[in-house]
Amino acid sequence: MNTSPYLRKTTAVNSVMLRVLIALLPAICAYAWQFGAAILVQLAISTATALFAEAAMLAARGKPARLYLTDLSAVVTAWLIALSFSPITPWWLMVTATLVAIVIAKHLYGGLGQNPFNPAMVAFCTMIVAFPALMSQWPGAGQLDFHTQLELILGGARQLDAITAATPLDALRTGLREGGADVTVPGLMAGPAFGALGGAGWEWIALGYLIGGLFLLQQRIITWHMPAAFLLALAATALLMWGMRPDRFGSPIFHLASGGTMLAAFFIVTDPVSGATTPKGKLIFAAAIGALTYVIRSFGAYPDGIAFAVLLLNICVPLIDMQTQPPVFGHKRD
Amino acid sequence: MLRKLFKFHGGVKPATHKDAATASPIVTPPLPARLKVPLHQSIGGTPRPLVKAGDKVLKGQRIGGADGNVSSAVHAPTSGTVLAVEPVVTAHASGLSTLSVIIEPDGEERWIERQPIDLRATPADEIRDYLRDQGVVGLGGAVFPSHLKLKASREKPTRTLVINGAECEPFITCDDMLMRERAAGIVSGIRVMRQILGAEEVIVGIEDNKPAAVDAMTLAVQTAGLDQVSVVAIPTRYPAGGAKQLIRVLTGIEVPHGARSTDYGVQCFNVGTAYAIHEALELDQPLISRIVTVAGNVGQPRNYEVLFGTPMNELVALAGELPGTDAYIMGGPMMGFRMPAFDVPVVKATNCVLVSSPSLFPPPPPEMNCIRCGECAKACPADLQPFELYWFSRAKNFGKAQEYHLFDCIECGCCSYVCPSHIRLVDYYRFAKSEIWARERDKDAADAARERFDFRNLRQEREKQEKAARLAAKAAETRAKLAGESGDDDKTTSSAKPSQAEEAKKALIAAALEKARQQKERAPVPPRNTDNLSADKQAEIDAIEARRAAARQEAE
Ligand code: SF4
Ligand code: SF4
Repeated sequence: MNTSPYLRKTTAVNSVMLRVLIALLPAICAYAWQFGAAILVQLAISTATALFAEAAMLAARGKPARLYLTDLSAVVTAWLIALSFSPITPWWLMVTATLVAIVIAKHLYGGLGQNPFNPAMVAFCTMIVAFPALMSQWPGAGQLDFHTQLELILGGARQLDAITAATPLDALRTGLREGGADVTVPGLMAGPAFGALGGAGWEWIALGYLIGGLFLLQQRIITWHMPAAFLLALAATALLMWGMRPDRFGSPIFHLASGGTMLAAFFIVTDPVSGATTPKGKLIFAAAIGALTYVIRSFGAYPDGIAFAVLLLNICVPLIDMQTQPPVFGHKRD
Repeated sequence: MLRKLFKFHGGVKPATHKDAATASPIVTPPLPARLKVPLHQSIGGTPRPLVKAGDKVLKGQRIGGADGNVSSAVHAPTSGTVLAVEPVVTAHASGLSTLSVIIEPDGEERWIERQPIDLRATPADEIRDYLRDQGVVGLGGAVFPSHLKLKASREKPTRTLVINGAECEPFITCDDMLMRERAAGIVSGIRVMRQILGAEEVIVGIEDNKPAAVDAMTLAVQTAGLDQVSVVAIPTRYPAGGAKQLIRVLTGIEVPHGARSTDYGVQCFNVGTAYAIHEALELDQPLISRIVTVAGNVGQPRNYEVLFGTPMNELVALAGELPGTDAYIMGGPMMGFRMPAFDVPVVKATNCVLVSSPSLFPPPPPEMNCIRCGECAKACPADLQPFELYWFSRAKNFGKAQEYHLFDCIECGCCSYVCPSHIRLVDYYRFAKSEIWARERDKDAADAARERFDFRNLRQEREKQEKAARLAAKAAETRAKLAGESGDDDKTTSSAKPSQAEEAKKALIAAALEKARQQKERAPVPPRNTDNLSADKQAEIDAIEARRAAARQEAE
């Protein structure tokens, strides 16, 4: 029987997800413009895989497929995977990653809303552990034409050193490690992989994410807490290290404009399902990811630290939420 | 008259749908053929029926007497004949029947004799009793007996009297129209309440989507020449009309769940209640009618002054019921509930009859999983984390739900309203609350059973003791007689001579009781008054006692 309230707002999960997808468009355009159309191919592959996996899992679990397929949450996951992977990732790797995200990280934990870990980040971490070499090959901006990209995606032979450059973050870290004491950050950053602020071409994509993020804020789909805490913590940690050794560590600006920083700030740490929910908890959660990201980026073995930082903090969510329950009405001064 | 307003967390802004019903003035519907007046119309005890079938009643005559102080009287809404006093399906979601007085109006509307009381000469206690017998209860929907609320807390004087004219629920306009048309009466009621409570200041809170009501009330306050009474327009945001939210907005005070607002120096009444108090005290008219909004699936939404007991369907017919009606909702679309039938009577709690149809209030889309988006927490005026309560309620983890303040939830419906997964959150809380209550009832029942059992043990024990005492007393008497006969036994027993029989008996009984008690406790201390008895004698007495006890037990 129908019970009160009889009125309801007309927002639905799919309208939330749709707006997240729209918010990703500026960055996708910048991506395609700077790095070629390969990203569009990747988006198509991951989306198709995600929808297929979602439908299969819903059928297997006896859930209403139409209702949950149209919620678009699988598409959001797919896009986030495609955007955090290299655009020349071979197709089978992209498919596997998406399957891991949807089947294991999402549905084996109970489907929409039940997953304790961010599915896209689970996919990223699994793949980087399983295929470290393939996951580290990123083309430079404008380096490969679409034909070559497509060949690589379809599994063509890779003369990797010849065709790919490391990401700026990778380049900086490996450069510093291998070059020894003579190599300094300013010296490295004069190289072709770097642009004015961060990696060449990456700055535009970062700008795209920023625009999309502001749109989400304006739509009240995300709150300011997480992006602000994440970016501030990352910048503050970077500032601390850079202030001490400007020749050995990247500047805060470099860290903000590089890698997946902006993608993470507005689209990944803000994933509601696997994140903290209380206002204070959100600040703690996102700030911890920011600081941890810096540590893993600068001292770890992987090209970017966001995914691992996110998963680590996902584990802490129940504790964070429990400890940061806001006081309820009338109990505020207790 | 700028006043600092406070904010409450959360809230929502649904479309208000209020304009249609405020376009025309309040009207009085024709007398219905039958009035079914339920006796139980307020919080508290069910009033006792004071009439029986065949009785003639006058308009305003008391037909149900308050059952104790936490109760409120009920009156005949018009003159006529009592046809029956019988259970009738009442305006309650449960669909249960309650004892009601069925009256056939004679059409003459003959009043009882009315004699307003002299407010200055009457002590506050008597005014309160009077209000109880006039049947005045909160007309905002909670129907809490008003006389109980017109009492300052012992610890703290009531500083502020808040008058609730917010009327935040969509569709409902009865308070709006009452303020527009009868502001003087409301202000008069406010003056009385303020006097009884001894409140320094009065703040009337009205949502700013009712400018006409704000103007009317401001004018009435000016005309009455009251000082320290301010009429304040507050931002329109549901549930600003919740008593606690309104107190918060106007005074900044947050009254926690379970606490009385008077303990914080504030009391809050609905404008309709203020008007009813004015009528009850200054015109000596008991509460027999109220303003009811009829809205929703009707041609002409409107406000009516309705006699209690009027069947809802007759009322709705006047407003031009449209086809497709599937139910009547009593109250607004956010917190109202469905009536079990169309002909249930209008009662004191009926602020609105909202006519529902599937196109107006379609059934909610299928529920999806919670995505923890936090929309519900952003909307919750009680500062709860509704999705956490949802998880715990769903998992039947009621302990956790209570830990997360389930009972602070006011069931305002904001969370369900915003949830993008269309989860009917409030239903889960209702379920959890009723489960917890049911468990507590079971526990209480078990406690009561245990108590009964303990009591029986206690009684049996007591009976045993009494029996032993009787036996001991008899034995002692015998012994005293023996002592009296021999006359030379020893000093102590000689004090219990037949010449002082009365005292002796008392002393002996006391001694016997003491002994029985000590036996029960198996205390090694020998009884005081018999401590000089020789071992033989004691053994003899005990033997007699034992025999007698055995004999009695057999006889029983
Ligand atoms: S609004 Fe609904 S989906 Fe969002 S957190 Fe609350 S219960 Fe979950
Ligand atoms: S119904 Fe309860 S939990 Fe939901 S918004 Fe209202 S007070 Fe909060």
